[in-house]
Amino acid sequence: MNLIWVPLLPLLGTLVPLLTERGGRTLCAWATALLPALSLMIILSHAPSVLSGATLKSALPWIPALDLELAFRLDGLGLLFSLLILGIGLLVILYARYYLSPKDSMGRFYCYLILFMTAMLGIVLSNNLIQLWVFWELTSISSFLLISFWSDKREARRGARMALTVTGAGGMALLAGILLIGNVVGSYSLDQVLASTIQIRESGYYPAILVLMLLGAFTKSAQFPFHFWLPHAMAAPTPVSAYLHSATMVKAGIFLLARFYPVLSGTDMWFLIVSLTGLTTLLLGAYFALFKHDLKGLLAYSTISHLGLITLLLGMDTKLAAVAAVFHIINHATFKASLFMAAGIIDHESGSRDMRKLNGLWKYMPYTATLAMVAASSMAGVPLLNGFLSKEMFFSETLHQSTLGSLSWIVPVLATCGGVFSVAYSLRFIHDVFFNGEPIDLPRTPHEPPRYMKLPVEILVALCLLVGILPGYVIGDLLNSASSAVLQGLVPSYSLAIWHGLNLPLAMSTVALIGGLLIYYNRRVLFQFQAQFPEKDAKEVFESLMQSIIAGCRWLNERLENGSLQRYLMLMLLLTIALTAAPMMSLNQTTGSRPQLPADGVTITGAALLILGALATVIWHRKRMIALLTLSIVGLIVSVTFARFSAPDLALTQLSVEVVTIILLMLALFFLPQRTPKESSPHQMMRDLALSAAVGGVVGTLCYALMTRPFHSISEFFLANSKTGGGGTNVVNVILVDFRGFDTLGEITVLGIAALGIFKLINRMRLFMPAGDERGRPWSDDRYPMILAVVSQLLLPLALLVSVYIFLRGHNMPGGGFIAGLITSVAIIQQYVAHGVDFIKDRLKLNYQWLIGSGLLIAMMTGLGSWVAGRPFLTSWFDHFHLPLIGDFELASAMLFDLGVYLTVIGATLLILANLGKLTTAERPVLTKEEL
Amino acid sequence: MLSTTIIIVSTLICISLIMNLLRLLRGPDLPDRILALDTLYINSIGLILLFGLYKGSALYFESALLIAMLGFVSTAAICKYLLRGDIIE
Repeated sequence: MNLIWVPLLPLLGTLVPLLTERGGRTLCAWATALLPALSLMIILSHAPSVLSGATLKSALPWIPALDLELAFRLDGLGLLFSLLILGIGLLVILYARYYLSPKDSMGRFYCYLILFMTAMLGIVLSNNLIQLWVFWELTSISSFLLISFWSDKREARRGARMALTVTGAGGMALLAGILLIGNVVGSYSLDQVLASTIQIRESGYYPAILVLMLLGAFTKSAQFPFHFWLPHAMAAPTPVSAYLHSATMVKAGIFLLARFYPVLSGTDMWFLIVSLTGLTTLLLGAYFALFKHDLKGLLAYSTISHLGLITLLLGMDTKLAAVAAVFHIINHATFKASLFMAAGIIDHESGSRDMRKLNGLWKYMPYTATLAMVAASSMAGVPLLNGFLSKEMFFSETLHQSTLGSLSWIVPVLATCGGVFSVAYSLRFIHDVFFNGEPIDLPRTPHEPPRYMKLPVEILVALCLLVGILPGYVIGDLLNSASSAVLQGLVPSYSLAIWHGLNLPLAMSTVALIGGLLIYYNRRVLFQFQAQFPEKDAKEVFESLMQSIIAGCRWLNERLENGSLQRYLMLMLLLTIALTAAPMMSLNQTTGSRPQLPADGVTITGAALLILGALATVIWHRKRMIALLTLSIVGLIVSVTFARFSAPDLALTQLSVEVVTIILLMLALFFLPQRTPKESSPHQMMRDLALSAAVGGVVGTLCYALMTRPFHSISEFFLANSKTGGGGTNVVNVILVDFRGFDTLGEITVLGIAALGIFKLINRMRLFMPAGDERGRPWSDDRYPMILAVVSQLLLPLALLVSVYIFLRGHNMPGGGFIAGLITSVAIIQQYVAHGVDFIKDRLKLNYQWLIGSGLLIAMMTGLGSWVAGRPFLTSWFDHFHLPLIGDFELASAMLFDLGVYLTVIGATLLILANLGKLTTAERPVLTKEEL
Repeated sequence: MLSTTIIIVSTLICISLIMNLLRLLRGPDLPDRILALDTLYINSIGLILLFGLYKGSALYFESALLIAMLGFVSTAAICKYLLRGDIIE
């Protein structure tokens, strides 16, 4: 089966628990497990060929234009992680069936869990870095959902937020690192990146790439100083902790290190950063684990410490260390997942996780206790268990490294110290919980859990023992194959035997065991020592850091965005000047070579009118009504200018838009004061004057320089292809409905959305209405003057006729759906003005929202129609027909599209204007005689 | 003959356009200004028609027609505003 199915099946599986939830808990669990089990089978079917050294690949095109594909690869490392993810995942599904209480939504839990599983599989199987990153982020999100599963608990919400913030920030760094790698290598394909070791190492970006990638890995794998989120993530249900926070998600960072080991390692920088971080994390985690009273807290810090151990191994400059790292990944996943599950059982059956209360559980649950003790011994590194083997390898590697030069002896010493604490906290786990007297006021009497709740623990503990006793048979091939994938080359020879003779690593193990015993025995001294330090809660520190970041952002935002439109405009115009003026400095000659047209008297008059109208608008901008009138002059002259310089389409559009705008402004003006108060200080006025003069000068010069030069635009193309390609001679219309039809579709959609938004905003609005005009005179009683009403009614059929005419001929002559729509709207608005809303409501049964919707639908359908003919979206079709009486005529699909535009424009315009008008239909205040 | 007429008439129209503008700017009252704007619309219709005659193209007549219709609508709306304040009620 194709590799793509491995992540795809669980992705489909996210729906299964939601659908089967009603069928009962057991059914839900079995159904959920089905698809991951299938995935596991696919992986297992590929396992023999991968173990014999092959790398399986499979790819699907995703966005070919961007060179992106869905690419998967399965090599030894991927195989190892897939087995961990799917194997432990299945056990966790079984375990969670018994762990979750009937009150919890099992479907939701499983859904998140499977989503997380998909994301993890995606990471470990990706053959494309961008794709890897997408899955990486998906693990952050799904783990956020899982940690906050009990969202009614405050610590769950905060823990989830903290985990998301830390790992999300790391994800950003990772993306930056990946982009840099892609930049250096020229491809995001993992195959090519892995083959470009020298190229990356020798590029100047290497330090940046390394730091960014490590940030991603360290945040995910809870390495110092980002370790603090992991203990707080323990607010999650225990199956989540067992799965995410011991076996899989925290290993994603380790996986990343291992994946890029061949490319990024081998430099001093790598060794120094990775090994020191690992060492610090190892010691810190081991030390603090001892002091946690919460079972899961102890396990969380122990996980941090073991992750540090693996990181340290990857940071050492020997190949055998990498093998040991891979081996410890396997061993840690098995013993830690089983320990978490055991902790969950104890919590579930006794009601507490506090080791000060949990004592002597051996009497109550001997079977679980045995399992937990075996797993804990493995964690401590007791011989005959898997933890011992990898720890032994670790100790022996610390002896063989030379990262710190002559100070390298420190590493094995500190590693032994870590081992000592590891033994001590494992002992505490065993002794405090299962022995050490009697339980102290537990909420429940502890007892053995249901049979199948123990099964996952049994399987994992059995694996610990099997690997521990017969390592070569059980794990040898897998370890070999995964290590060779990490090293991208030959694996050095190593021995998985339990007994290597009396050597230094064995001595270190012995020291660790004895030292751990001693420390545990004298733990009271240590506890007293530790109690001197003030308790510092990472949650509070983190929270206050977040608060100050948010406050900082708010401060910055207020500086940039203070609500003053003048200010925004000023900044924008300043930028415009800066961008345009600089290149114009180097322009030596303003006037170009193009012959200029003679200026006749009419044109000069028009220009004078335009200028004076604009000036008058600026001067009287505080008297709103007069400003509106002078603005109308500008609009009119602009339209006439369009007509004069052979742009009839623009002239028609400008005219109709002009009228609609003026009506809109007057509708709004009614609710506003007639005069604007003086808002600008003399300083501001000087500033604005200077700025606008500068912008005007620059833009004017730019236009003049451009217009006096010969230049070629893309209009040649449209002129040449409009008739042959779009079937119309009106190039403007053909551009709108054909060449750039997709743009038009987007624009009318925006228009429709804007209209609906305005409608929703003003739907229930009740505004203050002035009782008289600006001089305080009362309004006239004549609501609908007779002459206006009669003339308007006469106008309607004529206007509709004009609009139909303009619409129909639009493809070949000036016109089209947009202009026709505006003319129709203006004609109907005129009826509103003359007769009032109530009159129209009785006679015109048009639902404007419906009109917008159907317009958009028609335009969209026309576009989709070309798919039926096997053409790209919105390809237009046209042909000529003959009918008696009418003669020859042309039909084009573009006309249908134009009809959509027409309807949308009418709907949007009327929806806005009529509803603004409706605001005042309610009774308005009347000035009484006394007030006059 | 026609071209001479066009020159003379367009000169006259230009003069009246400027006078319209002056009236609009001077006021003194809002109705004066509204009337000035309406006349401005009418004069520009004339100008466009003349231009159409000069070019010998029928396209300009449609623009003139539209200006006539839309000019009426906007003048009516402004008048309604003076009368009732609210143009759609």
